[in-house]
Amino acid sequence: MKFDILIAGVGGQGVVLASRLLALTAMKAGFHVSTAETIGMSQREGSVSSHIRIGDEISGSLIPAGQADLLLGLEPAETVRNLAFLKKGGQVIVNSHEIPPASKPPGSPDYDPEGLLSFLKASCPGLLCLDFTKLAGEAGTSKAANVAMLGAVAGTGVLPFSKETLQAVLEAEIPEKYRAVNSTAFERAMEEVSGIC
Amino acid sequence: MGNEAIALGAIEAGVQVATGYPGTPSTEALETIIRYAKSGGIYTEWSSNEKVALETAVGAAYSGAKALVTMKQVGLNVASDPLMSLSYIGVKGALVLLVADDPGPHSSQTEQDTRAFGHFANLPVLDPATPQEAYELTKLAFELSHEYEIPVILRTTTRVSHGSGDVELGTSDGMEAGMEAGQIKPVAWDFEGFTRDRRWTIFPRLTAERHPWLEGLQVQLSERFSALPYNTVSGQGKIGIMASGVSALYAKEAIRGFEDIFTLFRIGTVHPFPEKAALDFLKGVENLIVIEELDPYLEEEALKLIGKEHLQVDIYGKKDSFFPVSGEYSVDLVIDGIDKVLEAVGIASRLSHASPAVLREELPPLPIRAPTLCAGCMHRTVFYAFKQAAKQLRKEAKAVQAPETAHAEQTSEASQKVQAVQTDTIFSGDIGCYTLGNAHPLNMVDTCLCMGAGVSIAGGLSRTNPEAKHVAFIGDSTFFHSGIPAVVNAVYNEADITLAVLDNRTTAMTGHQPHPGIGVTALGSSSKAIDIANVVRSCGFEFVKTVEVESLAECVEAARVAMDFRGPSAVVFKGKCVGITKSDKRCVIDPELCTGCGFCAKQLGCPALALPGGVGEGGADNAENSENADNEENAKREKPQILDNCSGCGLCAEICPSGAIKTEEVLR
Ligand code: SF4
Ligand code: SF4
Repeated sequence: MKFDILIAGVGGQGVVLASRLLALTAMKAGFHVSTAETIGMSQREGSVSSHIRIGDEISGSLIPAGQADLLLGLEPAETVRNLAFLKKGGQVIVNSHEIPPASKPPGSPDYDPEGLLSFLKASCPGLLCLDFTKLAGEAGTSKAANVAMLGAVAGTGVLPFSKETLQAVLEAEIPEKYRAVNSTAFERAMEEVSGIC
Repeated sequence: MGNEAIALGAIEAGVQVATGYPGTPSTEALETIIRYAKSGGIYTEWSSNEKVALETAVGAAYSGAKALVTMKQVGLNVASDPLMSLSYIGVKGALVLLVADDPGPHSSQTEQDTRAFGHFANLPVLDPATPQEAYELTKLAFELSHEYEIPVILRTTTRVSHGSGDVELGTSDGMEAGMEAGQIKPVAWDFEGFTRDRRWTIFPRLTAERHPWLEGLQVQLSERFSALPYNTVSGQGKIGIMASGVSALYAKEAIRGFEDIFTLFRIGTVHPFPEKAALDFLKGVENLIVIEELDPYLEEEALKLIGKEHLQVDIYGKKDSFFPVSGEYSVDLVIDGIDKVLEAVGIASRLSHASPAVLREELPPLPIRAPTLCAGCMHRTVFYAFKQAAKQLRKEAKAVQAPETAHAEQTSEASQKVQAVQTDTIFSGDIGCYTLGNAHPLNMVDTCLCMGAGVSIAGGLSRTNPEAKHVAFIGDSTFFHSGIPAVVNAVYNEADITLAVLDNRTTAMTGHQPHPGIGVTALGSSSKAIDIANVVRSCGFEFVKTVEVESLAECVEAARVAMDFRGPSAVVFKGKCVGITKSDKRCVIDPELCTGCGFCAKQLGCPALALPGGVGEGGADNAENSENADNEENAKREKPQILDNCSGCGLCAEICPSGAIKTEEVLR
């Protein structure tokens, strides 16, 4: 068994937390896990991605091109940026919420989230696209968009472990103060997606 | 995380003293030990720099204690002076250095290779590939250091230090349960203590005596390493692959399905090179592929060995461009390299890449998302203030010069050129979040070299560009790390520079560690806070001003006066890092007053200021244009928006030409 997940987003969106939660769940389910996170300079509005490799064997933590089974994109441009990691027929879940770059260095292409979303729709059959930031906001805080997306993943049933295991890890890892909001975001997203799938 | 695994390995090995200076990607190792320091009875400190950290650990190890010191690769440069001497002297208890390399590089100034440093310093180097190996090799490092009385380097790379994975912990009593509860059994403080001995005082004669010992140790260790289980051979193919660190895992994955043509030799103890084990492996292969990030360290060792033993083995590595000489490796890159070799040696098989859903070449153009200073970061205000101050001084200088040049009948071309620079300001930067001040649209960092260099470089620039103003930005932690000798030098040699200390009371870039200016130790207990302004004053700076970063106007004024001062001047800007402080303010734009000129967003590059059409290129100083525009056109222009991440610093409010931005209190 091998299952490779790539999470992409912008610094501050909680990519690393989402990655940690998935990795812990996989460990709990008895798999080997290795993850690679870009942390450091990227805390500040830069592109952030995390590779999570789940399987029976320990491997290097970077996913080779075309091997990710699942791409979780917290923002449209960052999702497209990492698309070459996705395998043919892999699942993409994208947060349609836009985050324009803070500055535009000379020569940098324009930010065109709509164009990017339609590109994603055209090239990824089975794409799940929702405004998870809005959904999380309605559940209590837009900051929980990352956890809402995990709810959506659980809803699709593509993960190699049960959603109950994931929920248990969530309960254990998220500080009590934020637990309720995060659980609501998780469950709402899960329901929303179960309707579609 | 690999760094956490290293910390746990050190704890299990019985570490008693742990020191370090933060540096990505090494920081979390010491942070983890600090978490267990109280219950584990471990002495820990964030030292003022890596040299100090190492020397502190050396003192402990001379006393028979087990010591760990952590740093990133460039930190080892700072610590190299004590380390080179320490090779000859050796230690008594144990001394392990965690040094994290950063192929890529992701967040470093260099792509240096600590394996080569170990070779240079004659010190053993271990090179783990996974968090599990990092844990085990840390324990081995302590054993070796104790047994051979020599410091041992545990070298990691970003993917190991910052990679996470499942790690099976050792069996020493209560370790696992204790870890979970955040409690561990206190380490026995059972070392012998310092005993006087001439071996602790380096002298030319002692060095001469010790050098043969040190060289002999290389041979002994090489033999010992050859027998260790961390160097493994798998497969029986005629093409050998030699790899260490995470590259070994990439190699293993790359050849999946083709294992029968290869023999993989993985090396965990890279220096001294395990010759015997390597020789056994080489005797069974016809060709050798060497896969390693950074320097061709293994490749050179293999070349030496093959030459020495007259083996008939061809080598393929970085030297003949089969693999890149720089940058981070990946499975795909390793596949490409191996395929090139297969072609060169006339083997028909090719390793294959997976086919992605979308090829990289087919992706639409994507905006660059460069890291920026946080919304409301005090550094932005200070950079902008200096930009304004420099502009003001330039204007003043022009006003003074203009009448003079008008009267001067003949101005030679050369002197005109000098005048062109005369009014200019050169901004030297340093290492920290504030290096990001170089980014568009601030463009306020003209030089950046290494920790603490900005102040001395400004001094050097002032000798060769005497007509220009020279400003050196330095962060609080960097000031204590290596800024002080440069401050002393500026006074001693009378450099006409302005020191701008960006004091946000934390080591922000690496995750907010305390430092000597804060009055808090690594463990959170209080200590004496060292006041930067007083340090600078006591070194002899005659102009020293402290400014709280609250209003831009005040910062501009302080900057202008300091730059105008002849001789070394300093302004200590005190503010908060929004990364660790919560603000109860935010700013809002009054749509009635906003003309949509976009000046705020274009000038500041604050991530909380969004222009609906995107922040255009230029970020030019085109406020004037906006003032000329008539109201009808303004109404059509899309107005900037302030997003949720605004921390209400008020900088944009101060520069808005229409006074359209207001600060309000919010509950967060
Ligand atoms: S007040 Fe203005 S400059 Fe400061 S954080 Fe908010 S939007 Fe950015
Ligand atoms: S982390 Fe602190 S110092 Fe660094 S950019 Fe953000 S506010 Fe500025």
